Amino acid sequence: MILLAFLAQTLRIAIPYLLAAAGGVLSERAGLIALTLEGYMLGGAFTAVAASYATGSPWAGVVAAVAGGAVLALIYAVSAIRFRADQVVVGIAINLFAIGLTRFLLRLFFDSSSNSPRVSGFTVQGSGTGFGALLLNPLVWLGILVIPATAWLLYRTPFGLRVRAVGEHPTAAASVGVPVARVRYLAVLLSGMLAGLGGAYLALDQHQFTDGMTAGRGFIALAATIFGRWDPVRAGLACLLFAAAETLQIQLQGSQALPSQFVEMIPYVLTIVALAGVVGRAVAPAALGKTATE
Amino acid sequence: MSSPDPTLTPVADAPLGIAAPRTAGRPSRRAQIEEAVLPPLVALLLAAVVGDLLILSFGQSPGAVYRLLLDGTWGNAYGFGQVLYKATTLVFTGLAVALGLRAGLFNIGAESQLAAGGFCAALIGLVLPAGFSALLCLPVYILAAAIGGGVVGAVPGVLKARFGAHEVIVTIMLNFIVLALLNYLTSTRLHVPDTLHTAEIRSGRLPRLADMWPAFQGSAANVVIVLAILAMIGMWWFLFRTRRGFELRAVGLQPHAAEYGGIDVGGVTWRALALSGAIAGIGGLNYVLGYKHYYEEGFATGAGFLGIAVALVGRSHPVGIGLAALLFATLSQGGLAVNALVPKQMVDVLQAVVILAVATSVPEVRRLLRMRRGGER
Repeated sequence: MILLAFLAQTLRIAIPYLLAAAGGVLSERAGLIALTLEGYMLGGAFTAVAASYATGSPWAGVVAAVAGGAVLALIYAVSAIRFRADQVVVGIAINLFAIGLTRFLLRLFFDSSSNSPRVSGFTVQGSGTGFGALLLNPLVWLGILVIPATAWLLYRTPFGLRVRAVGEHPTAAASVGVPVARVRYLAVLLSGMLAGLGGAYLALDQHQFTDGMTAGRGFIALAATIFGRWDPVRAGLACLLFAAAETLQIQLQGSQALPSQFVEMIPYVLTIVALAGVVGRAVAPAALGKTATE
Repeated sequence: MSSPDPTLTPVADAPLGIAAPRTAGRPSRRAQIEEAVLPPLVALLLAAVVGDLLILSFGQSPGAVYRLLLDGTWGNAYGFGQVLYKATTLVFTGLAVALGLRAGLFNIGAESQLAAGGFCAALIGLVLPAGFSALLCLPVYILAAAIGGGVVGAVPGVLKARFGAHEVIVTIMLNFIVLALLNYLTSTRLHVPDTLHTAEIRSGRLPRLADMWPAFQGSAANVVIVLAILAMIGMWWFLFRTRRGFELRAVGLQPHAAEYGGIDVGGVTWRALALSGAIAGIGGLNYVLGYKHYYEEGFATGAGFLGIAVALVGRSHPVGIGLAALLFATLSQGGLAVNALVPKQMVDVLQAVVILAVATSVPEVRRLLRMRRGGER
């Protein structure tokens, strides 16, 4: 029973990571650094709450979150692909933009500087935190299925082949007729939608939007992307690992065995270790961060 | 992501902008100035348009809001003092990021380096007996802050030089690690109960500008601003007048050529990031020694990312960085001034728009200018 509660809690924490990390893998495999996941998530969380508050339907929130993430991703894609702006700089600007704009809109729509009013979400409150309540939430299913779906898209479809090609060697891809820019746009838009969904899950799960509520989760998803060596399945496992560590910390809370700050560090330390190549070097897509010239 | 990094071209060669020595193959001084000045102008214009939209969405008049923003920042001594205080921190983080960019490296860790610098200075402050004169212990504080920030900066530097780990990811991840560590140390060992800050330090407090000019009364501006100006001059001297600075710029422009020319690229890499971290660390003195006289959780929040904006808009040149720091500090302080009419969060959006616009227009403006120049020939 304790194990089941542990697994349920882990899954619950992992869902937004899984959705965002799937987006991170797609974006980075196409050659665009996914520093923006945090911003997409925050934007998605806000639009999800705004739309479901306005309509009363969580499904409207889900659609709005996809749109919100996609709009931010489009700004990123246009700047980085069309205008060849530096991806790191633009990525940071997108995150700052998402933080600032959601705060501004929180004041504009809900006249609050901290949180939105309550929205219904998918789960009925009081239905507990066990597996039963979790499985009633369609976004949980989406989060579970997104990893195999991304793996299939990336390794079994022509689009996935093109994504990998433009991320490794855009010039070669262009020379055999792959529309490099279009593939990159699509991959980035998809990543924005997926991370936006991750944000929607967070906001609907907590039944409201609070200022800065993603709290670095986008960067944990980025860490999972890199720690999973840009492979959807391994990135998914990394998400579960990071979520399990958090769950363990929550369950051990008060026992003083392990200060929470050290648990917080785990994803980041593991990622640095992976990058430094202590246990099997993580090698990025070759054209990651590079402007494609066709 | 692990190869020596030609990916950052738009920024990495931005430093060419203003101060590059004029040689035969280079564009004229006038063209260089155009290249440096146009993108920020485009950015400000775009930010003004977005600002108008946000203000109108709140049902206010843009004219009134912008007037209030200027009045509350440059219009009175208190507001101006606050601008100077905020600009001081941004000069340090801006210089830190710029030094990395000159070496072709992206230091996104300025926030945690700033925090670590402030933390180490506060540690020294808790140890030093009260009543030491500020002038005597200032060098100790500077050294402590530089070491704190420098160690945090050196980690990604060494990882990059030794293992080729990409400094962007490492510095981001390190931000979270270092801030969590400082949070742990502060909350379990050093904090005053029921607060998020350490005990007050009693030696080596630096005078505020208000002590000399009473008009600044109430503003946090303090003499660390002198250190900021010295840092700007020092950075200019280092980059353009020393051998080490030349090596650093050579690595930033073309690492392979630099290596062929006998420069130890790995050494330059880790030293550049360590020095970058040290500069950001010294910035922590502005808060710890000049303003609050203690280390507080979260004092560095946002200053690292704004440092990137400052370095970018300032084209990685000390003079540009000074001006850009004033711009971003004016926006930050201006947000508070206009909060009665529109949410202060408006300026967060504007700051992001300025960064986006500069980042997208720098390569574009450069290309257009080149095309025009090409057409004239």
